[in-house]
Amino acid sequence: MKKNLHIKIHEITRVEGHGDIVIDIRKGRIKELRLDIIESPRFFEVMLVGRKYDEAQHIMSRICGICAVSHTSASLKAIEAAMGMTISRQSLLLRKLAFCGESIQSHILHLFFLVFPDLLGAGSIAPLLTAEPELARTGLELKRLANEICAVVGGRHIHPISLFPGGVAHTPEEADLKRLKKALLASFAKLDYTLGFLSNIPVPQFAKPRETISLKARGEYPLHDGKPYSDKEGAIEPEEYSRKVKEYCVNHSTAKHARTKSGTFMVGALARLNNNFKLLSPRAKAAAKKAGLTLPLENPFMNNMAQLIECFHLTDEAAGHIDSLIENGLKSEPVKKPRNGFKGGRGIGIVEAPRGTLYHDYTIDKNGIVKKADCVIPTAQNLRSIEDDLKAFVPTLLDRPREEIRRGVETLVRAYDPCISCSTHIMDVRFV
Amino acid sequence: MPENAEKIRPKAAFFSFTCCEGCQLAVLSCEDELPDILRALNIVYFREAMTEKRVEPSQREDYDIAFVEGSVTTQKEITKLKHIRKKAKTVIALGACSSTGGLNCLKNRFPMDFVKKTVYGKYAEKYKKTFETLPVRPIDSIIKVDCYLHGCPISKTEFLSAFTALLMGKTPITQNYPVCVDCKMAGNICVFEKGMTCLGPVTRAGCDAVCVTYGCICWGCRGLVDDPNVSAHKETLKRYGLTAESMLRSFDLYGNCSLRKSGSLGVRPAKK
Repeated sequence: MKKNLHIKIHEITRVEGHGDIVIDIRKGRIKELRLDIIESPRFFEVMLVGRKYDEAQHIMSRICGICAVSHTSASLKAIEAAMGMTISRQSLLLRKLAFCGESIQSHILHLFFLVFPDLLGAGSIAPLLTAEPELARTGLELKRLANEICAVVGGRHIHPISLFPGGVAHTPEEADLKRLKKALLASFAKLDYTLGFLSNIPVPQFAKPRETISLKARGEYPLHDGKPYSDKEGAIEPEEYSRKVKEYCVNHSTAKHARTKSGTFMVGALARLNNNFKLLSPRAKAAAKKAGLTLPLENPFMNNMAQLIECFHLTDEAAGHIDSLIENGLKSEPVKKPRNGFKGGRGIGIVEAPRGTLYHDYTIDKNGIVKKADCVIPTAQNLRSIEDDLKAFVPTLLDRPREEIRRGVETLVRAYDPCISCSTHIMDVRFV
Repeated sequence: MPENAEKIRPKAAFFSFTCCEGCQLAVLSCEDELPDILRALNIVYFREAMTEKRVEPSQREDYDIAFVEGSVTTQKEITKLKHIRKKAKTVIALGACSSTGGLNCLKNRFPMDFVKKTVYGKYAEKYKKTFETLPVRPIDSIIKVDCYLHGCPISKTEFLSAFTALLMGKTPITQNYPVCVDCKMAGNICVFEKGMTCLGPVTRAGCDAVCVTYGCICWGCRGLVDDPNVSAHKETLKRYGLTAESMLRSFDLYGNCSLRKSGSLGVRPAKK
């Protein structure tokens, strides 16, 4: 075993945003192990202050290019809760459909562009286009379909347009939805092929008991709706999220960290599977069985597989939403206005973004102007867990060559699918 | 592929400053064209997508095309940007944040100390260096930009056509007429007729008026056309009974940086 080791990985590649990893081992002991977040902070809370309520979702979508639909959805839910607005069933179905599209898009992007190159010893998807053309093409096709879902509903997948306070400002054509449904059903074969590939790749043995938090709902796998739930502490009331999930700052990160009463916790696909496995669609359950998953998932490397299992579910769910939309008959609907005599108020919107539970919390005054905003981002909630896992994982690698350690460390960080741009856009400090 | 193909393929690099990385994602979202793009370019730096392209610009000799997304908010970014300019033959500003400062400029409405304190509280002082931030600027306030791809996010079609032009050694053409032209071609009903306000009359086209097509208004994300008829727009607003306050608010959603620059509702000088 090596006694001394110093590795600094400057700007981890194939993650969204800028982060460094610093590892310093002296005499076989970890002296320093940090995930430095060096992304420039953007100060979204301040950006939102003084803006009109119907600009909020437009501004907050810009927190992240990958999970723009999630930020928009959480933002809309917060605005609508604060101002007592309700939306039609059609609007809800359309929003949920776009949500499915984004989650598939994000998972596929992560798996094919960021994770699979690791598994195949490549640096990016580019060499895979020639070395593994079928696999690479499968990824591109799945991703294109997911983007199309968002585009048909929202106008585009990066910063969707039609998702607006009080409803959805554009009604898609039935023919477009039918085309999507056909493509969704055809994409199961591609997901099966991907599952065959991923289940054959050995996963590093690194199980560690952990607290997992996600939304939980009755009757549906919670993505767009539900209540936060910890597998250790039970249900978390929306109003008490800031006391149960406490954010704090560290000097080596422009993104905040977070902890619960018991300390470190994890959010994301793995956490959702742990808390809601029973609610997955039959196809997703079958896929999990095929992959040999056993619950609870305690190995962070399994987050990749959890994302793929979710893709099966999301594809089923998207197809179901399309059926319901067509059954109900698509009609053009105006978006609803805030209720009369609105005196100002606070609203909390919580969704399961691809990377985990996302909270938006706004205070809006009687003129519809945002006075205060707070946002808790999935990656910020995971940073402490990533560092804890690294601290446990690196010592198991110390007898390996340096390059392998470096690769192992990056692979672990990537498995969390961190979105560093998002996490540096956090707002409002609450002191611990 | 001929033996000297590596020499013929332009060396390209993708850089990301303060932003959501959505414009790089828009490039990755050209699923059908991506294999061709990767064949046509010799990508020397693309951190978000490629590990083998991780070498920092400072260690590189040079490149033909540098795509830069994001605005400038730290001293480090200024240094890096200047370095990129030195090494690159052509610098392309990718998206609103780098072209005009984008939404990020909303931060500039407040003093930086207030901004830091609001977000990081007591830590703003405690970890001063970590949370350092400057007022947001578009990249052309630091370096010369050869071509702008506007929008939040960029338009895929516009990116692909600019990309093709660059490969052919031509200067990409970006539109210099208002969104209203695109909107008419898209067959939309004018939003003013629906009782809403819109920045289409003064905003640079090239987006196919997608926001209006999908039930909203033009928010002005592509910046002002070089010679917008600003006062006529004011007239229009007045005719539809809209207030100057709401108008100004719309104007500064994306236009804050450029508005500050000229001190009024003026126009940023056209770049040569």
